[in-house]
Amino acid sequence: MKRPKSACSLRSTCPYCGVGCGVLLAVDAQGALEVRGDPDHPANFGRLCSKGSALGETVSLDDRLLAPRVHGQDTDWDSALDLVATTFKDTIAKHGPDSVAFYVSGQLLTEDYYVANKLMKGFIGSANIDTNSRLCMASTVAGHKRAFGTDTVPGTYEDLDEADVIVLTGSNLAWCHPVLYQRILAARKARPDQKLVVIDPRRTASCDLADLHLPLALGSDVALFNGLLAEIENRGLVDHDFAKHVSGLDAALVSARADDLSATGLSDDVLAEFFDLWCGTKKVVTIFSQGVNQSSSGTDKVNAITNCHLATGRIGRAGMGPFSVTGQPNAMGGREVGGLANMLACHLDLENADHRNAVKDFWSAPAMPEAAGLKAVEMFKAVGEGKIKALWIIHTNPAVSMPDADKVRDAIAGCDFVVVSDITAATDTARLAHVLLPATGWGEKDGTVTNSDRMMSRQRAVLPAPGLARPDWDQLAEVGRRMGFNAAFEYETPAEIFREYAALSGIAGGFGRDFDISGLSDLSNTAYADLAPTRWPVSSDKKGGRFFADGGFFTADGKGRMLPVAWKPPVAKTEKRYPFRLNTGRIRDQWHTMTRTARSPRLSAHMAEPFVEIHPEDASVNGIGPTALVALKTPNGRAIVRAMITDRTPKGEVFVPMHWSGENAPSARIDALVPSVTDPISGQPESKAAVVSVTPFAAKWYGFAISQMPIKPTCDYWALAKTYAGYRVELAGTTLPKDWVEEARTLFGLPDADVQTMLDPAKGTARVAFHVNGALVAALFISRTPVAVMRDYLAALPGQEVPGVLAGKSPANQPDPGPVLCSCFNVGINTILAAIETRGLMSVEAIGAALDAGTNCGSCRPEIAALIAKAQTKEAAE
Amino acid sequence: MPQRLVIIGAGMASGRMLEHLFAQAPEAFEVTLFNAEPRGTYNRLMLSPVLAGELSYAEIVTHDDAWYARHNVTCRFGEWVTAIDRDGKRVIGTKGAVPYDRLVIATGSTPYIPPLPGHDLPGVIAYRDVEDTDRMIGLGAGDKAVVIGGGLLGLEAAAGMAARGVEVTVVHRAGHLMNRQLDAPAADLLQQALEARGITVVCNAQSQEILADNKGQARALRLADGSEFPCDLVLMAVGIVPSVGLARAAGLTVGQGVCVDDQLATSDPSIYALGECVEHRGAVFGLVAPLFDQAKVLAQTLRDLPGSFVNKDVSAKLKVTGCDLFSAGDFSEAEGRDSITFSDLRAGVYKRLVIENNRLIGAVIYGDTQDGGWFFNLIRNGADVSALRDTLIFGPAYQGAPKPESVATAQDHAPIEAPVLMEISA
Repeated sequence: MKRPKSACSLRSTCPYCGVGCGVLLAVDAQGALEVRGDPDHPANFGRLCSKGSALGETVSLDDRLLAPRVHGQDTDWDSALDLVATTFKDTIAKHGPDSVAFYVSGQLLTEDYYVANKLMKGFIGSANIDTNSRLCMASTVAGHKRAFGTDTVPGTYEDLDEADVIVLTGSNLAWCHPVLYQRILAARKARPDQKLVVIDPRRTASCDLADLHLPLALGSDVALFNGLLAEIENRGLVDHDFAKHVSGLDAALVSARADDLSATGLSDDVLAEFFDLWCGTKKVVTIFSQGVNQSSSGTDKVNAITNCHLATGRIGRAGMGPFSVTGQPNAMGGREVGGLANMLACHLDLENADHRNAVKDFWSAPAMPEAAGLKAVEMFKAVGEGKIKALWIIHTNPAVSMPDADKVRDAIAGCDFVVVSDITAATDTARLAHVLLPATGWGEKDGTVTNSDRMMSRQRAVLPAPGLARPDWDQLAEVGRRMGFNAAFEYETPAEIFREYAALSGIAGGFGRDFDISGLSDLSNTAYADLAPTRWPVSSDKKGGRFFADGGFFTADGKGRMLPVAWKPPVAKTEKRYPFRLNTGRIRDQWHTMTRTARSPRLSAHMAEPFVEIHPEDASVNGIGPTALVALKTPNGRAIVRAMITDRTPKGEVFVPMHWSGENAPSARIDALVPSVTDPISGQPESKAAVVSVTPFAAKWYGFAISQMPIKPTCDYWALAKTYAGYRVELAGTTLPKDWVEEARTLFGLPDADVQTMLDPAKGTARVAFHVNGALVAALFISRTPVAVMRDYLAALPGQEVPGVLAGKSPANQPDPGPVLCSCFNVGINTILAAIETRGLMSVEAIGAALDAGTNCGSCRPEIAALIAKAQTKEAAE
Repeated sequence: MPQRLVIIGAGMASGRMLEHLFAQAPEAFEVTLFNAEPRGTYNRLMLSPVLAGELSYAEIVTHDDAWYARHNVTCRFGEWVTAIDRDGKRVIGTKGAVPYDRLVIATGSTPYIPPLPGHDLPGVIAYRDVEDTDRMIGLGAGDKAVVIGGGLLGLEAAAGMAARGVEVTVVHRAGHLMNRQLDAPAADLLQQALEARGITVVCNAQSQEILADNKGQARALRLADGSEFPCDLVLMAVGIVPSVGLARAAGLTVGQGVCVDDQLATSDPSIYALGECVEHRGAVFGLVAPLFDQAKVLAQTLRDLPGSFVNKDVSAKLKVTGCDLFSAGDFSEAEGRDSITFSDLRAGVYKRLVIENNRLIGAVIYGDTQDGGWFFNLIRNGADVSALRDTLIFGPAYQGAPKPESVATAQDHAPIEAPVLMEISA
């Protein structure tokens, strides 16, 4: 289905990571979306990464959810919304407000988020709204609140340009925030003295240009930064002027000195080099991300970092400070709005009665919860225990992304009433929904997002909403009204919502909180439409800028807090049965659970199947060769992925990407292997430190398939990837079908297509191709060992006429032999002419010796002689 | 003083032998060439195109009068040899005797005529020479012919007559056509193609009797199952038998054919045999390729130079325009043999390769014989094909191309390794 043409070209914001890059959008005559970096956006100044650049390939309407669906049947909005409203109402009536929950996402725009939070916390009267930001940012939120009093990012991206030392810890910036990484590289070009340090157990892409790499033991960040803090004191670098804005210094130093630096497993030289760099340079920015957050001690890790910056006063000044980079386009917006179960709104605290009442009045809310609601992991436990009886999941895929994902999937499947708002029904989670609500997607949505440096940018609609799709704020407001809260949810535009939100933030400002955008509370609709990227705060007395250079923390006493933290190893312990650590993370060209990026052939080509990075020695010891499939097993689950043997991953650890799902590689739902262990303060799961066993997967057969249409195999291992011509699929299995031709017909669903076969039963080779009207529609290549074919050549073939497709490779470059002259040996005229001309074979015997032509029945010898004679006269003439 | 060389039979084998001889030693021999047919050597293989009207007789003559004159060959064409006088070293023809120093028997073969009732009726012929061909060319639209034998020769005759509008039925004893050269799937495709030309094919057919009309002319063939096929002509194409009458009468050692050693010498050291009349190490010959090898060896032997005949694999090709078909080597099922098959029924293509100990030993191809010669070579030179096994059946066009990857690899040069670090070569 093609997009209708729309002639606009306008500014919007990329929907991927938290860098928040500005994009310029235009729809061409064919209805294709053109995406360019916005040269004027302060986050990226025109740069885009591979994902952002390929956005145009992700907005096709294939698989789009275009109408509300109840129990699998398409229906109209009224029926769907009434069902949702009444079911939530009845459930609350019967079982109380805490028997329902919203699980939302950093994909939501601020306005959507605001309405969801308002409905749950103000009107349903429960705090059971949590967001997938819990899986990536919660530890930073908790760490920020402990250190600063609020969830405040002190610095701005400009600090990356001005810093003399940039430390990346638990962040593969080069792949996960590529535009920031490019910004750093550009800064280093301009200022070659700027140093880049990477702290990561893996030698990631971010290390390629780093001055120093600290391959610390997984999870030992606290020990490292405690070591740094102790060193700071040893070198007398504690900033005593700044210290008057800080409390907890001594306690923090005590625990720092007491901590065990050897837990990092780093050599003294490497440590010394790091300490010298950090201590010897005033302008240090410490960037941290999931490697810090996704940990049972994530909050302590964050504070181990903030401790060092607070002790040295290196915060809130140009080129200095701790810097959390977020994983989602609006993770920050969600945090600001109050999308987390333990927040209220606008950085106000749920547990604070004054805050609560102020918001209650502002909303004229009938009911407000007094305690934090269920955080993601607790929430889905409660769903599994039947305590949550009605669940609304918006733009996220917990059946794939939550730890212990199989259990979560089963919990959702067992829930009495599940509503899913999304742009597609083709996700592991959406397939479990009783009610599916079609939402507008990126490019169709209109609202705001906040990036990692507090920059609020507009996402604007360049494409019309397809089918019956509606914005999330609209869906939520509809349900609010149908639940009887008419007045509170009479929204007509996102601008209205934004103004209300900005006004509420003024109350927060009044309480002296950081998040105050009351300066935007009377934004006109046009001003909102035209809103340029704006860094908060925006109030009568504050505009953008940095925080905490001169103290002014948001704690009761206005002081920043240093926390006494101590290194704790990951909760799961390696043992005989599970001797490896399982690290998880992102790859460059995929996003979350691939519901968007998997639609792009370009992005899918980079790494077309799930894999496990394993060190060469670990691989050989465990009998895992290149191209092998690997079986991974933890106490929670199992997976099958392709081996990727590389010493970039340390011995004893393996790394598996988090992206693949039941939609495209059911055996690679890696979060099913991750235990639901969480940080006690932030509730964020420890997603990077499971313990796992690693063995070769004993496949009886391997397969490679190309197809114009997507397929859903049933074998032990399969991974489907989009190509420009259709799809490519890797397969493997442990049971051999009786007849590969029949198997292939079923697999591709082509009962009547013309079939081509190549069968070598003794070797276990089977190749089957299907053609319709001479054009290739699908082909399957089976072998006992990983299939050796030219995948990229083949992937481009569907739709073309390729009789030779089953060769699995492109023909060697050889000329057309021409009409057969020697029938016995099928030697063509061209072949003989070539032999005469290029090899100077001037006798029938010579031709015969070289090509066998004419050496059998000999009936063509005269013609060969004639060809030679012709060639000779031609020569003579020349 | 040149030796006197007498040759009985001017078939393709002796013709080829003379070429070698004159090329190597133009003056060494004084040649007398007997031929029962009233003409010299022509390409018998090309009689089918003549029958089909694609070539004229003149076009298939390989040695004309001028050629014989140029080499001072005394031609005794259309003359029968009645005896070989070994003691007197003379060959006795109906027009007189000729002395020899060396004698080559190249009497070829005669069609095998199964002794079923009516086999000797007028209107029952074989397919051997120009005369037989002319008989068939004499038929036309409205006429009916039955061909007994669905081998190479029978099918070429059937197709040739069908091309002339004759209503042709082929009855074949075995389960599928050309069972010596084809397996069943290939034969089925061939049968479909022949039926598309209006030829009726009956396999598993037990011929029982050829029926005569009241003029004593063959009028129909009856099968054991009682079915009858009316016809104006019955063509016997069930096989050939070496012509050994002269040799036997002369007391030479004779089995199925005239027994020769690797130098083509018979039991009489000054008498040699060549072509379809010989038996070499128990084998007799029907296809042309080995006969040419014999010709080459005998030319050596006659000049007292070393040379030995080795019976190599042969390839067969059906010369029926539009029926591309190729067969070589041994493709029977057996322990330790693997078959690789390719089939594309829509395109009417079928290929089967037989592998033994990693070597190609047989090939059957129908529909796309482009690569037949390449396979034939692999069969003859016995190369190890295990390295190219997966692409072998796709022919030379797909060899030597870049190595395929074994699993999905990164498309661009990502800063870290793609899921796969090594490639398995195809």
